Order: sequence, then structure tokens, then C-alpha cells
Amino acid sequence: MSLIESQDTLLGIEPFVEPAHRIYPKKIDGQFRRIKWSIQFLTLGIYYLLPFVRWNRGLNAPSQAVLVDLPHRKFYFFFIEIWPQEFYYATGLLILAALILFLMNAVAGRIWCGYMCPQTVWTDFFMTTERWIEGDSRERLNLDAAPWSLDKARKKIAKHLIWFLIAWWTGGAWVLYFADAPTLVHSLATLQAGSGEAYLWILILTFTTYVFAGVMREKLCLHACPWPRIQAALTDEYALNVTYRYDRGEPRMSLKQAKALRAQNLHAGDCVDCGQCVAVCPTGVDIRKGSQLGCIQCGLCIDACDAIMTKIHRPARLSGYDTDLNVKHRQCGAAETYKLFRPRTIIYLALILAIGGFMTLNLATRSDAHVSILHDRNPTAVRLKDGGTRNGYTARFSNMKNTPRKFTLEVIGVTNLHVDVIGEEKKIDGKILIEIGPDQTQETRILVATPQENEHKNQASLTFRLTDPDSNQIIDVKDSFIWP
Amino acid sequence: MSDKKNDKSKVRIDAHSRMPTTGHQWDGIEELNTPLPRWWVWTFWLTVLWAIAYAIAYPAWPTLSGGTSGLFGWNSRSQLAQEVTELNVTRAPIFAKLKNASLEEIEANPDLLSAARMVGAAAFANNCAACHGVGGGGSKGYANLNDDDWIWGGHLNEIRTTIEHGARWDTDKATHSASMPAFGRDGLLTADQISILADHVRTFAELPDAKAPTAEGQKLYDDNCAACHGIEGRGNIETGAPNLTDAIWLYGSDKPTIISRIKNGGGGVMPAWSEKLDETTIKALSVYVHSLGGGQ
Repeated sequence: MSLIESQDTLLGIEPFVEPAHRIYPKKIDGQFRRIKWSIQFLTLGIYYLLPFVRWNRGLNAPSQAVLVDLPHRKFYFFFIEIWPQEFYYATGLLILAALILFLMNAVAGRIWCGYMCPQTVWTDFFMTTERWIEGDSRERLNLDAAPWSLDKARKKIAKHLIWFLIAWWTGGAWVLYFADAPTLVHSLATLQAGSGEAYLWILILTFTTYVFAGVMREKLCLHACPWPRIQAALTDEYALNVTYRYDRGEPRMSLKQAKALRAQNLHAGDCVDCGQCVAVCPTGVDIRKGSQLGCIQCGLCIDACDAIMTKIHRPARLSGYDTDLNVKHRQCGAAETYKLFRPRTIIYLALILAIGGFMTLNLATRSDAHVSILHDRNPTAVRLKDGGTRNGYTARFSNMKNTPRKFTLEVIGVTNLHVDVIGEEKKIDGKILIEIGPDQTQETRILVATPQENEHKNQASLTFRLTDPDSNQIIDVKDSFIWP
Repeated sequence: MSDKKNDKSKVRIDAHSRMPTTGHQWDGIEELNTPLPRWWVWTFWLTVLWAIAYAIAYPAWPTLSGGTSGLFGWNSRSQLAQEVTELNVTRAPIFAKLKNASLEEIEANPDLLSAARMVGAAAFANNCAACHGVGGGGSKGYANLNDDDWIWGGHLNEIRTTIEHGARWDTDKATHSASMPAFGRDGLLTADQISILADHVRTFAELPDAKAPTAEGQKLYDDNCAACHGIEGRGNIETGAPNLTDAIWLYGSDKPTIISRIKNGGGGVMPAWSEKLDETTIKALSVYVHSLGGGQ
């Protein structure tokens, strides 16, 4: 590689394949850095602590606020409890998430990438520890270039050890979402966590966190992540992006030259080419080259540039959240345009509100009991001694409340039906009584018979009606009756 | 081929692709040196190491008398045995209850009933479905176990007896051994008599295309059939003689089929399952069959 690079340098051409290089982002403080700190604090805090939040659901249900209970196939989120057959809520959430991502992109570009993406948040976390142990950009560069010494080894070991601990704790927090957190922490700590599945997942997630946030970092955004490509196709000229205002910055020149030009009332660029925007960039791009795939739009270059502009007594925001369209408008003296409400954002917002509203309504009015009826497939119909016909059905009654419930069962649709539920003898007003335990699903066999005079060549439609005698709640399920 | 040697002095950078050459050239065509990516090579060597370690840790190499057993002594056969043992341990409490409870007690207890139905359904699929159908729907000559017509009785204990001892199963002394005589083949009745008898039998169930009952038919029936099938044709579970007055026909209700049955006699054969299945499984099977819908 060095052979090619040196030759390329001699020939003055861009390399065929960009050689791998390490970036050493510099520390910077400012408005956007502080926004990043608070979002990082919030998101990491939620991730690590949420499993320990308790939520009282009564005796028969777990008391963890957010829990994916795989053995019992239930998902708990505070007051919401999702059963597997309601998994479409998760699909709806994913659709909502995608639309919100589109909206964020239409409003202010890749704010997801810059502030909220786990890759960004954890990379930032890892970089902070790195900076804490090895020092800022220059010291890190020197340390890596320096020959191995006791001091270098000490720093490197300390850094990787802390990275490993963070990665391990990240993997550990993940498994806590799948079991009662305090109990699991205790059994993990005392090496009694069941089948070792938890340990395996912790190991896998420790590895991915360590590699993604410690080693791969911006390379994941540049080479692996599909979102930069997708968002490039979704963006438009009105979306706010981190933009270098080249109308103000170009041509670049020294302060002295600029002063001289301004004294003659001529245009002078504000960019002093100090390179601070590149030095602080976590993906190592030069924002002055314009909108590009490598830019995650975290705004750190704005902070860096503002600091310099303040020092040289020029107005801040040489780089800022702006659009190329505005830059062009300013260049030719036209007015700046900014449209927050345009068809794109309105449609996204309408879709988000519609889907979100529909899901909320659906969730609020969903039934707390389910019935599914499955007609026997073999035999579909049974001829009886007296010439009558009987059909068998497998019924599943689900009680999604955490108290026991009673229902009465009627079958409607054909006259003179005789209904039998295997194992259920009790009756209320001639209707069969079905009792289901708290948070339970009960499978039962229902036999429906009809005498010979009802004989029919076609099928008849049947309705299985479950009624809660206390609340008069009615659940109807349709199926059919078949003659041989 | 002017020069095949790896001539280091000829290593240079190719102007077009900007990749180094290996120094090999054939008639002026040079070979580019594009090594495999480092991560690929490392992965490759890791898999090689993994394979070696795996071959040592697990059974891998055949020997003259068997094979290497690996460091951990693991093999799939003993794992299966262990899993079966574990399964038996978890099942033991409910199996013990099934074993000790009477058939009626099992049906009365929801937990036992559901367990018996599960065990029974599995045993049914393995042993019975070949003849009686997956859902016990039967077919021509094989009884439908869902209906309310029972050749050997539909009470729990009767079903259990039939499963245990089978029907016309010679090696089991307690089997249901009664069989219908071959009236035609053995020359007990003439072809004309059989035809008249068949027409008469068809009147019992009031089949839609049945002819009017005849005195000759009634006499033939009383002399030859009534002993087992009963004077009114209602059948007898002691002799396994089906009820001739209901809507259910094991072989079919058309005249040729009935003639064939009278002519050839005999009956279906069912194995005595006590030779193969344990008592608990048979009890579960009895409850399962009884719960299909026709149990009395």
C-alpha cells in the first residue's frame, strides 16, 4: 500500500481505493456539543436503567415496566401488554419509526445520525473515555506513533479495559429486558443464570459494542449503514443540513489579507482555513466540500468554527444548519427561503398522526379476550346414528386480563343445534359456561350437532358468541358447519 | 513464456490499475499482485484452527473398532438418551396420576383430561391413524371413532378393552373374536336368498331407495341374522354385530356392498395394543378416543 500511496502522491492523483486511515477527532465545546451531551446522557440513561423500573400489574403478572417475556410470549410496556397475536402493534411502531425518521430528515437532515443513533451515541461514549485516558487529538496521535513503552502499554490496557467494561455492561443491560432484571443480575453475578443463554447474549453484544464503537466507529456509517444512502434519496433542497456558507467563507484568506480587502470595501472570505472543522469531525470529513455521505451532521464543526469566529471577532455561524438553496440565493442577492411546511413534511406529519392515532385508538379499544375457532379437518363432518350430523371445532379462549373470567358460549346460525364443550359441564340459562384463568389461554373442543331434517348440501355459516355475563361484552367468531 | 521466475526486480506498479505486479510475465502480459484481504486470510486460518480443535473435542475420526470419542465424550445418542430421561422426569408426576386414576376420574379432572388428551393424541397419531385416519374419521371397513355408533361399545371401559385386546387378533385370547359367517362362500344361502335378504336389510334403516319389506326376507333374516344382529336389527356389541337400523354403515349401504358382506362374512382386524403400548398410554388413548365426540 505504501508503494502505491507514495506513487499516487508523486503523480498527484486521488487513490484508486481510499487507504484506511485513523481519525483523531479533537475535543470541542459549544452549543451542539452540549445538545449531544444531554441526548447522550438521556438515551444511555434510559437504556441502562429502564429494566430496573418497576410497574405494579398485580399478583399474576411480572412487575417489570418494560419486559419481553419470551417463555410466556408476552411483551410488557408499562400499562400495555402485547400478546403474540397482537404483534402487528410492533409492525405499526416500526412503520411509525420509519415515518418519524423521514420527517426528521425532511426538517433537519440527519439529526438521527448526528445525535440519536446508537452507533453515534456509543462511539461518542467510547471516544470520551479514550480522550480521558490518552488525551486529546494531538496526544493520541503521538501516542500511537510512539514506540511501545510502559506508559503507552499502561494507557492502552486501561483504555481497552474500560471499553470492555462498557461493552460488557451494554450487553448485560440488553439481556435484562428479557427477564426480571434484579433477579437476573443476582443470578448472573452468582453464576447461576440457567442455561447460559444470557451469558452467550452478553458475550455477543459485548463483542459487537466493542467492535462497532471502539474499532469500526465512522467506518460503520461510511461503509455498512444503509441510512446515509436512503436519506440521500429522501432529502430535498429545503431540508436543513449542516452547511458551510461558502458565500461568506470564500475565498479563504488570512485575517490580514481580509482586513486589507475590507478596508477597500471589497468582499473577503471569512474562512481562515484553520482546519478546526475537520479536526473535530468524528467522521473525518471536510464540511467545506459541501453535503456528503460521510457527514453525520452532528454540528461539532459548527461549534469549532464558532469558537474561531468569536476569537477573530467575526460573526458566528460561518457553518450552520442551512440549505444550499439559501447560500445560492444570498450569492445572487435574493431573499432567503425556508419552508418548514411543504408537501413533504405535511404528508409525513399527516401519516404519522393518522397511523399513531389509529394505533392509539386501536390499543385503547382492543378486546381483553380473544377467541379463535378452528374447524376439524379430519373428519370435516361426522354422520350420526340418527342421520344427524356433527362437526368438531378446536377453540382457543384467551383471557388477557389478570383476573379469572367467565363467559357463556352460544352457537348461532342453524336451528336445533346441540352444543357440547368437552370438559365443561356447568351452564347458565342453558348456555355453556367457560371459565378461563388470569392471563391464560385455554384450548377446548366444541362439538356441534344438528338433526337430520336440517340436512343441507351446502355449508352453513355459524357464529360462536362468547358473552361476559357481568359486563355484557360480546365476542363473535364466525365459522361454518359442513354436512358430509 | 519468456520468464516465469519471480523476478523481484520486475515488480512495479501497473499504470492502469495502480496495483503492484508480481514480476511474473507471459509474452509481455504481467500478473497483478492482488492479495486476499487480511481479514479474509485471518478468518480462513481461524476456521482451520476451529476445525482442528473441533475434531479433537468431538467425535470425528473413524477407527477400526468404532471412532474417536472426543475430549468431552459427547455423542448424539447419549444426548438423546439424556433428553428422553429428562422428559420422563418432567412427565413423571402427571403420568403417575394418569396411571393411578380410573378412566372416569381422568375425565372428571380438567388437568388430567387435558394431559390424557395430549398423550392420547400423540399415541393415536403414531399407532392408530394409519387405519382410523388422522382425526379418527375412519374409512370403508375402518370404524369412524367420532360418531356415536360403536361396534364393540363406546363406554370408556369398552373402548379400553377394544384397544387392549383388539378385534379378531389371534394371539390375544381376550380379543373380540366373534366374526360373521360367510353365508354365500360357505354355501349357507343361495345367491337369490342373499339378494332378497340384502333388500330386506336395507328396509331397516329406511334407506331412501329401499324396497318394501318382504315376508321371505323377514324369514331369512330371523333364521340367519337375528341371533347376532337382534330381531329388530339393532346390533349387539357382545358379538360385534353392527346396528342395521341407523344411518351409519361401516362398509356402505348400497345393495352390492351388503350382498358382498353377507356372501363373504368376516370382519375387520385390529391389533391387541397391550402387546405394544403400556397401560398409561392405553388409558390416555381410551380417554382421547372417548373425547372425540361419540363416547357414551
